[in-house]
Amino acid sequence: MATVVQPPELGHQDPPPEKQHSGGAGFGNFVPSGGTLKALDDSSQEATRTGIWVGLAAITMSFAAFTSALLVRQTTGTDWRHLTVPPIVFLNTVVLLASSVALEIARRRVAAFARKQRVDRAVPLRWLAATLALGLLFVAGQYAAWAKLRAEGLYLASNPNSSFFYVLTAVHALHVLGGLGGLLRVVAKLRAPVFCLRRSTMDATAYYWHFMGILWLYILFVMWIKL
Amino acid sequence: MSETSVSAVQHHAPPTSFIRKHVFSLDHKVIGKQYYALALVAVFIGMVLSWLMRIHLVWPNVPIPGLSLLSKSGAPGGVMTPEYYLSLLTMHGTLMVFFVLTNAPFAAFGNYFLPIQIGAEDMAFPRFNMMSFWITFVAFCILIAAFFVPDGPPISGWTAYATLSAVGSDSGPGEGLGQTLWALSIFVFCIASLLGALNFIATTLDLRTKGMTLSRMPICTWAWFITSCIALLAFAVLMPACLLLILDRVAGTSFFIPAGLVISDHLQPHSGGSPLLWQHLFWFFGHPEVYIAILPAMGIVSHILINSMRRPLLSHKVIIYCMMGIGFLSYMVWGHHMFVSGMNPFSSLVFSFPTLMITIPATIMTLIWLGSIYGSKLRITAASLFALGFLSMFVSGGVSGFFLAQPSIDIYLHATYFVVGHFHMVMGVAAIFGVFAGTYFWFPKMTGHMMNDSLGRLHFWLTFIGTYCIFMPFHYLGLAGNVRRYSAFVDDFLVPLIPVHRFITFAALFTGAAQLIFLYNLIQSRFRGAPAPANPWECTSLEWTMPSPPPFDNFGGKHPVVYHDPYQYGVKSSTGDYLMQDSPEEAGA
Repeated sequence: MATVVQPPELGHQDPPPEKQHSGGAGFGNFVPSGGTLKALDDSSQEATRTGIWVGLAAITMSFAAFTSALLVRQTTGTDWRHLTVPPIVFLNTVVLLASSVALEIARRRVAAFARKQRVDRAVPLRWLAATLALGLLFVAGQYAAWAKLRAEGLYLASNPNSSFFYVLTAVHALHVLGGLGGLLRVVAKLRAPVFCLRRSTMDATAYYWHFMGILWLYILFVMWIKL
Repeated sequence: MSETSVSAVQHHAPPTSFIRKHVFSLDHKVIGKQYYALALVAVFIGMVLSWLMRIHLVWPNVPIPGLSLLSKSGAPGGVMTPEYYLSLLTMHGTLMVFFVLTNAPFAAFGNYFLPIQIGAEDMAFPRFNMMSFWITFVAFCILIAAFFVPDGPPISGWTAYATLSAVGSDSGPGEGLGQTLWALSIFVFCIASLLGALNFIATTLDLRTKGMTLSRMPICTWAWFITSCIALLAFAVLMPACLLLILDRVAGTSFFIPAGLVISDHLQPHSGGSPLLWQHLFWFFGHPEVYIAILPAMGIVSHILINSMRRPLLSHKVIIYCMMGIGFLSYMVWGHHMFVSGMNPFSSLVFSFPTLMITIPATIMTLIWLGSIYGSKLRITAASLFALGFLSMFVSGGVSGFFLAQPSIDIYLHATYFVVGHFHMVMGVAAIFGVFAGTYFWFPKMTGHMMNDSLGRLHFWLTFIGTYCIFMPFHYLGLAGNVRRYSAFVDDFLVPLIPVHRFITFAALFTGAAQLIFLYNLIQSRFRGAPAPANPWECTSLEWTMPSPPPFDNFGGKHPVVYHDPYQYGVKSSTGDYLMQDSPEEAGA
């Protein structure tokens, strides 16, 4: 994430202020080649928001690769077995989606705070804490699912189905842990005596977290129809 | 020069300590130079490896002094074993493709000049930028460590085809720990490349200065931007592939290893995997990787040619559209690397069409370059010579692509030196010529010293002639049926070809030695070169508006305003026949 020596006050973040680290010509800024400057308004987003979308595109591509590997692998061997997904993952799904709801509430409170509406900083903090707790609960739940499979004698290398189950869930869980790290960073910034949480940071973290939920639904769907 | 009154808000504070200044620097310029230095080290090692291989091919029984120190088992008494030849081949390919062709034209020059050319103070995420270099460095160290593990580097080539790469030490020396290190190194490299690509994209989209519309970005900025889009999607596929490969190797899974596989009299404890799956995943990355190497070179060469011709290209936009087209098509052609892999022949046909289609944008670009040069009074410098050399290599190497794109011809040529000649010219040498051109062109800006142009021209002619002498005969060898990857030629039909190989080996030693001129020029100019003015080439883009070398914050805390398209050459202005992008002056007819 971009490092800023003197973080701008959140209160000035909405609407976006003068570009902080550059002039800012966005897509919409088309200056005629004759040389007159017509549209110099800052219409570009902050790089953090762009960055997170680009990062999500890369993650999507990675999981597309895993999916195509799964589809190819399913047809090549005679060892493809049905794998019953441990029921706890459905509970985990609910937990992860609930954490997304909590984070969205927190994000809107932070936005309201940024607009200098009367919102106590403690309110978004509470919701963020709830998100963190639910996120951790999700990871713990995934661990329980792995323990369940292990108890059934299904390990990473047992058969291709269990391999894909472990790989998909573990890679997703790693990304969730990364998201938890991002949330901790948001919490730290929100709690700091000198308030330094940029809305773009809050938004980017939230988009990432929501994406983890969507990605999980996708993985669950793939596992449900294919494993 | 006109600047806005936006107050100086620094992206990050100026570094004070040595470590922050030169080691863990957040400054994109330092990071660019670090990438360049890493690529230089990698290219030197890669070149020495190619020398060792070339010498062994021609004098298979002559001991190479010192080689036994590198590996006692791989080169007992200094004579390398066939397996060790493959190890060196693997390391040569991996170093060159990942740590030279990806790092030098894209990461090194892109990091240094992309932010400056769009008028930004730094990359969008300086910390990610620093991490991407140091993660790349870690990947490099992991790869080099493969030289020093007991059974040496892997023998599976830079493409690491499963099952050879997946089953472990049963499949040969180097396939134990060495191959695992290889897979880990590439996995780590992917992380670094993804961070870098993310940074490039966000920077280009969001940190452009006022007036710098997308259409006003110089062609090389466009090339780096398109390359970063390609890299983002390509490395995001290679990374999972490497993860699955590592799991097959260390965790006993069977993603790539089929059932009933017996290697070295051992039944492999795997079942049902698909070796073709690895090839699909690898080449889905691997073909775009070719364009990750060549597109930045195309951008750099266009930038330099325009400057040397003193007039714009016939079409700025068509070049950019062609680069986009190439980038888009690069994702549809991976199967043309697999015509002989046992893939369904119908698939070969399907992959053949888009491959041949790539020749359309590539030809359009070539015609634009040639048509623009025709009739222009080209300023001949080392940089423009290397840019012309790029065109020559791109055409010579590209033409053989027409043949290889067709399955019926590729089946005959695939396992021969024809392919080696093709990809070395069009991907390797052409991209390296782009890097040389960029170095001669931007060195004054990067260091504040001019390079010795006479030595540069000498370097060009020796390299140009030398590389043709090395790689052109490869095509002939391929047509004569000379199989690649063999460490010695003892078959009846290959023995008569040995004199050609001897010629190539001499050419390789000669061309490699000629690079010492470049190295000398680089070091000598860095410390003793004449001081460089701000704009020695009378160029129009933003990097030439600032002193050489640029200050820490590029534009001195101000932000330039851009008034013009990037290539206002051949106009009348107060500065001469060109108009800087940030000059508010109207161009005269």
